[in-house]
Amino acid sequence: MNTAIIAKFKLDYGDFHLDIDVTLPSLGITVLYGESGSGKTTLLRCIAGLKQAQNGFLSINNTVWQDSEKQLFVPTHQRALGYVFQDANLFTHLSVSDNLDYGLKRLKTAVDPTQKAHIIELLGISHLMSRMPEHLSGGERQRVAIARALVLNPRILLMDEPLASLDSQRKQEILPFLMRLNQELHIPVLYVTHSKKEMALLADYLVILAHGKVDAMGLLSQTLSRVDLPLSQDGQASCVWEICIAQHDHADHLTQVDFSGGRLYLPTIPLAIGEKRRVQIFARDVSITLDMSSQTSILNRLPATILDMFTDNSGQAVISLQVGSDKLLAHITQKSVTQLNLSVGKAVFVQIKGTSLLN
Amino acid sequence: MLTSADYATLFLTFQVASSTTLLLLFFGTPLAWWLVRTQSKYKGIINAIVALPLVLPPTVLGFYLLIILGKHGIIGQLTTQLGLGTLPFTFAGLVISSCLYSLPFVLQPLQTAFSAIGSRPLEAAATLRASPLDTFFSVVMRLSTSGFLTATVLGFAHTVGEFGVVLMVGGNIPDKTRVVSVQIYNHVEALEYSQAHWLAGGLLLFSFCILWLLYSIVKTPTSTPLFK
Repeated sequence: MNTAIIAKFKLDYGDFHLDIDVTLPSLGITVLYGESGSGKTTLLRCIAGLKQAQNGFLSINNTVWQDSEKQLFVPTHQRALGYVFQDANLFTHLSVSDNLDYGLKRLKTAVDPTQKAHIIELLGISHLMSRMPEHLSGGERQRVAIARALVLNPRILLMDEPLASLDSQRKQEILPFLMRLNQELHIPVLYVTHSKKEMALLADYLVILAHGKVDAMGLLSQTLSRVDLPLSQDGQASCVWEICIAQHDHADHLTQVDFSGGRLYLPTIPLAIGEKRRVQIFARDVSITLDMSSQTSILNRLPATILDMFTDNSGQAVISLQVGSDKLLAHITQKSVTQLNLSVGKAVFVQIKGTSLLN
Repeated sequence: MLTSADYATLFLTFQVASSTTLLLLFFGTPLAWWLVRTQSKYKGIINAIVALPLVLPPTVLGFYLLIILGKHGIIGQLTTQLGLGTLPFTFAGLVISSCLYSLPFVLQPLQTAFSAIGSRPLEAAATLRASPLDTFFSVVMRLSTSGFLTATVLGFAHTVGEFGVVLMVGGNIPDKTRVVSVQIYNHVEALEYSQAHWLAGGLLLFSFCILWLLYSIVKTPTSTPLFK
């Protein structure tokens, strides 16, 4: 057996049928993405044991939590997991401090007390410890909920749309914490969301669910660039690149950043040299040329190879390209495909009109 | 003024009401919890049975209790065989009948409080390593204190005020089964109106004060109705 999350569930719930068989990485953030009713929350609840699938097998890094064939079902309170609910779900009769200690008191093996202090500091909630949940803002509540799950030193962290009930300002308040968690945690995180932005920002691995089944799954960049998926065909289709701040050109108000295929010029990013971030490049902002010679106002022009193409009868084409070790999507017209004589494997140049920094 | 016989009935009433309330809280809490959480198909019929004392005339309840607990009744035969004698016209019989009579007044506030909690805090507790029993004591009971307060007060006050069941099962035995409500009846029968006033007025004042106190303490009376 290998260290991974193996989850197989079959569940009938009225009209809804969940039929899942996935093997997920044992590190990093896996985003379970789908529209409402796709079964993503149900899958998460099955993994937590809050819902019992009639037929199921679940193993987290070789610890089996459910095996219907052997009549094995470990109840939720005996699973070493952390769960963050959509609306925090703090105990209203306990202070923040007591909420954090509720699970700690019930652990069989004591955890390193410095870890709790570290998590409180990481989530910036030390000044809230004596408050009651009713006197917290939505964002603060959610940070306490995340801390409450993490202090137990869980083997897996399950997050059910933790930002969905917050306004965009509060979301912005929590996202940096989530990004830091990703760098500091050494456990798998399953993150349920229907927000493309959260998915692009946080996912290392992506599982797309629809109608209780897995539509597609794989590394984020690979899955986003699959031209056969609806995700790459709508107006918001995009790819995500990891970038590293390389140089600031103050006179031009530009920042040079490195990525796997070379260097990009972006509008000034107020971050120190060497900082890493993600940028999102929308397919509608990418165009294709056959040579580098022509004069253009577009700064970011890169050599690329066509990996795959998808055309339907709408006159539009979705092209996926390899740039360095990254993938890129371009939305162009079918007429352009014909005029430029584009085909899979052809070497071209891409022009990137705009990027948006994810943070 | 009150006579020593009146004081005896007051003391007995207090004993019956406290014993009844304690017993009902002890057995009613798990029953109320089960009724709120269960998916059992028997939930409806059991809810109907435990709510019966709300609508039945106390004399009907008392009559059947008298028969069941009596020498030839099912429970009466059992208690006789166990060497306990029969329960009618004893303190124990009075407490048992009061428990049945006041059961819905304890159950319903608890059921209302438990269902208001919903399953979300229970799920949070489960993800934080708390077993179901642990969750009940550390979360459910803490979140339903007003329900417990209402149940205690209503159970106690309603037992103090009972008459029909007491008369049928307990009778009218001084110091043994004669409670305040029966004593008031005795006074009225004997045309001792001023004696009746002292007791009846006292009971009225007691009931009013205790309900007033209850509604002042329970924070959101609208969310904790006496009956669902």
